[in-house]
Amino acid sequence: MLRRTIIFHGLVMGAIIVSCFVAAAYGLADVLKENIYEVGKLKPIDSVPKLKVGDKAPDFTLPVVSGGKASLSRYRGKKNVVISFVPAAWTPVCSEQWPGYNIAKGIFDAYDAQLIGITVDNIPTLFAWTHQMGKLWFPALSDFWPHGAVADKYGVLRSDGVSERALFVIDKKGIIRYIDIHDINKRPPLDDLVKELKKL
Amino acid sequence: MMKKTMIFIAVLAVGLCVLHSESLAAQKQLAGGDALPAIKLPVPQTPAAKSYVGLTSGETFAVSQIKAEVLIIEIFNMYCSNCQREAPRVNELNRLINKDQNLKGRIKMIGIGAGNTPLEVEVFRKNYEVLFPLFPDEDYAIHKSVGEVRTPFFICAKRNADGSLKVFNTNKGGFPDAAQFLKEIVTSSGL
Repeated sequence: MLRRTIIFHGLVMGAIIVSCFVAAAYGLADVLKENIYEVGKLKPIDSVPKLKVGDKAPDFTLPVVSGGKASLSRYRGKKNVVISFVPAAWTPVCSEQWPGYNIAKGIFDAYDAQLIGITVDNIPTLFAWTHQMGKLWFPALSDFWPHGAVADKYGVLRSDGVSERALFVIDKKGIIRYIDIHDINKRPPLDDLVKELKKL
Repeated sequence: MMKKTMIFIAVLAVGLCVLHSESLAAQKQLAGGDALPAIKLPVPQTPAAKSYVGLTSGETFAVSQIKAEVLIIEIFNMYCSNCQREAPRVNELNRLINKDQNLKGRIKMIGIGAGNTPLEVEVFRKNYEVLFPLFPDEDYAIHKSVGEVRTPFFICAKRNADGSLKVFNTNKGGFPDAAQFLKEIVTSSGL
């Protein structure tokens, strides 16, 4: 009886503590507030890495939201590539990460890098979501079917079917030079990516 | 033993509830009539920005030190698409203030990048050719102090006789017409 009472009160306290400290400061844009699905605080990383720095980046071909298909191999020997996996459309953090990159084209150009955005959403969802970001200068790719196959190949597919928030920097030889499998709840600072691009 | 444990748990739970309510109170969104919270910023590096805020030395300064009768603070975020869309109108507001000889120097603007690093703020400034000073708020400390507002959020504050600043108007999400917004600011501040 005593043990059960203590467990019960422990659970109540736990709930209070969680409600005290879970902040919702991630999805900030006022215009998005009614369309963003609040996911709460998620397990920071929920996948097992399959690639490491120095590995050859697995090739892939995926449909692009603006039409057609894009392959990683088309950039081999021509451009450095930054792949930005974001977990899902219409969720906090993700809905602001790409708009930020969208005004940082000058930085990517300075390091001769092409940004590629990938989510596991289907094309119609990606279309609606990216449309409200304005015109993107980089391709947004759909890894919807076979579901999350590319995310899985890169070791960033989470157990619930969305991808991690992850960045891969791939040089012109197709070699992975940087991997950031980031806490899904937080936006990676642009500074970290720039630091890595400088090393290329 | 059981009674003591229960009392201990109850006291702890009540304490946490109080903490919770205090943290909610701290997150109250800033509104007209509120005193502007103490906001500290790094002294800008460029001579033009230093001259604009009216400071020449030191590493940090209090927002209340900015030499102006009315201060407009935009809480923005480099990653926020709405802030990006609003940027030209915000620039227009700044232009209208500075071309009006009656308002120039009396109303000043600054921007605070919620959760943004100095590099991220610089990307925003360069991309939209923002002419008023922008400051980073990397750890969201300022963002929290104004109530974790959605961006963009505009705080219009007026100088009190004692030198402090009092909020007289706020705007959430932006304004469709810069001239109209300026008119509202001039009217409600009594400039």
